[in-house]
Amino acid sequence: MQALAVLGPLAILSLFIGAVPVSLGDFLHDPDSQRLLLISRLPRTFAAMLAGAALAVSGQIMQILARNRFVEPMTAGAGQSAALGVLIAAMLFPATAIWAKMSIAALTTLIGSAGLLLILRPLPPTQPLLVPLVALIYGGLIGAVVTFIAYQGDMLQFIGVWLTGELSGVLAGRYELLWIAGVAAAATWLIADRLTVLALGTDAARGLGLNVQAITAAGLAALSVTTAMVVVTLGAIPFVGLIVPNIIARRMGDNLRRAIPVSAFTGAALVLAADILGRVLRAPYEIPVATLVGVVGAGVFLYLLYNEPRHG
Amino acid sequence: MIRVSNVSHSIGGAPILHDISVEIPKGGITALIGPNGAGKSTLLSLIARLSSLKTGEIEVDGLQIGQVSDRELARHLAIMAQSTHVSARLRVEELVGFGRYPWHRGRPGPEDHAIVESAIARFGLGTMRHRFLDEISGGQRQRAFVAMAFAQDTDYLLLDEPLNNLDIAGARSLMRLLRQMADEDGKTIVIVLHDINYAARFADRIIALHEGRVAAMGAPQEIVTQDLLTDVFGTDAEISHQDGRPVVLV
Repeated sequence: MQALAVLGPLAILSLFIGAVPVSLGDFLHDPDSQRLLLISRLPRTFAAMLAGAALAVSGQIMQILARNRFVEPMTAGAGQSAALGVLIAAMLFPATAIWAKMSIAALTTLIGSAGLLLILRPLPPTQPLLVPLVALIYGGLIGAVVTFIAYQGDMLQFIGVWLTGELSGVLAGRYELLWIAGVAAAATWLIADRLTVLALGTDAARGLGLNVQAITAAGLAALSVTTAMVVVTLGAIPFVGLIVPNIIARRMGDNLRRAIPVSAFTGAALVLAADILGRVLRAPYEIPVATLVGVVGAGVFLYLLYNEPRHG
Repeated sequence: MIRVSNVSHSIGGAPILHDISVEIPKGGITALIGPNGAGKSTLLSLIARLSSLKTGEIEVDGLQIGQVSDRELARHLAIMAQSTHVSARLRVEELVGFGRYPWHRGRPGPEDHAIVESAIARFGLGTMRHRFLDEISGGQRQRAFVAMAFAQDTDYLLLDEPLNNLDIAGARSLMRLLRQMADEDGKTIVIVLHDINYAARFADRIIALHEGRVAAMGAPQEIVTQDLLTDVFGTDAEISHQDGRPVVLV
C-alpha cells in the first residue's frame, strides 16, 4: 500500500516534467500539450512503471530459481543474452519486423538464463556468495562476447543503446512491447504459491507434490520474456531486480502471493523516480535511468550485503 | 507398509546400496542407523522418490515408487529433508500452511485452515506463528517443519537426520513429538538417526545398515548389542540397560 501511495503521485509528477514545461491547464486546453501528453509523457510514464515492475518481479523469480538472494537477470547473463539477441537479429536479419527481433532476443535470454542455472547447480549451498560471483562472471562473459561481435561488425555504437537503459526515446508506438513484460510479470502471480513452494528447496517441493521442472520452466520463461522486452525497448537497467526483492523480503518475507504485487509496485516507483530525477538533475539534458539506478543500486546492494542479518 | 525389494543403487559409479530388501510395517517408528556412508540417507531418499530408483522396487502402501506421480505420493508420504536450511523467508504459520499444498494446490479451504490451526496448536507454535523462520531457534524451526509435515496429513513421515544441530533439549522434545504422532495418530515414521541411543530409546524397530547392506533388523533390545557395535560401527563401547532398553555408554 505504501508503494502505491508513492507510485501514484510520482506518476502524476512524471507527466509534468520534461524539456517542455506544461501545466495542468495546458493539458486541459492546449492541443499541443495534449499531443505531448499522449505521444511522450504518458508513454514514458507507463514505460518506466512497466519496466520497473517487470524487472523487480523477474529478479524475485531468478532469486528463487538460483536459490540465492544476490542474483538478478540484468547482471547475471540474462540482460547480456538479450543484447546478444538484439545484435544477432540486427546483423543476420536486419530487415525483419520488430516482433521477430523481439522473439530472437527472448529466445537468447531464455538460453542464457537456463545456462546460468546449469552452471550454478553444482555450486555448494554452503557458499552463498559463490553464486552471485559466478553469475557476475557469467554475465560479464556474455557481455564480452556481445562487445566482441559488435566490435567486429562495427556496431559498438548500435549495441551501446541496449547496454545502458534509458527512456528519452520512449514515444507512443515505440514502447508497447513493455506491456508484454508487464503481462508476463503479472502472470507469475498466478503461480506465486508454486514458486514459494519451490523456494523451500527442490526436495521439499517435490515432497509436497510440486512439478519442479514445470514451475522452473515457467519461471525461466517469465523472467526471460520480461528481461528481453525491457532490454529491447529501453536497454539494460541493472540492480532493480536485485534491491527491490531484497528489501521486500526483509520487510514482509517471501510468501510470493503477497510479495509479488508489492515488489512490482516498488520496482515501478523506483524506476519512475530515477527517470524523473534523470530528467530534472541536468535539465534540459537527461541522465540515463540505468546510470542513476546503478549508482543508487550499488550503494543499496553494498548495504544489503553488509547488513545481512541471517545466513545466505 | 513400505516394501523395499532388491534395491541396489550407486552414485557416480560408486556402489552405495547392495540388493536391499526390507519391509517396514505400518505404524510405529522405524529408525535407520549405521556408520557414515552406510547408505541410510540414500535408502530414505529412494523411498521418498527424491533419488530415482534404478534397480529394484519400492512400494509405499501399494503405490509403486517411480510409477506414482509426485502429486499422488505427496498425499501418502511426507518428507523432512536433511537440510531444513531454507532460503525462503517465511513465517511459521505460512510454512505450516504449505503442508496443505498437496491437498489444495493453491486454494486452501476451511478444512485446510482448520488442520493448520490444529498443527500449530499441537506443536506449541502459537506464540511464534507470525515470526520468520530465521528469527527462531533451530529447535523451534525443526518443530515448525514437523508441524508442516503433520499438516500434510500423510500416513507416512520420513525424516533424514532431524536431530542434526539440535541440543539435547531440542532433540528429546522432537523425538517425543514424533513418538506422540506414532502413538496417538497412528503415523508410520521412518527416521535416519546418527545417534544409536536416540534410536534405542524412541524407536519400535531399528534397521542397521553397513556398507550398503542390511546388517541387522528388529526391536532395539534384540539389535543393539556388543556385536553390532563391533561389526557395524567398529567401536568397542559398552552397552548398559535402562528400563529394558539398551543404552550405549559413550
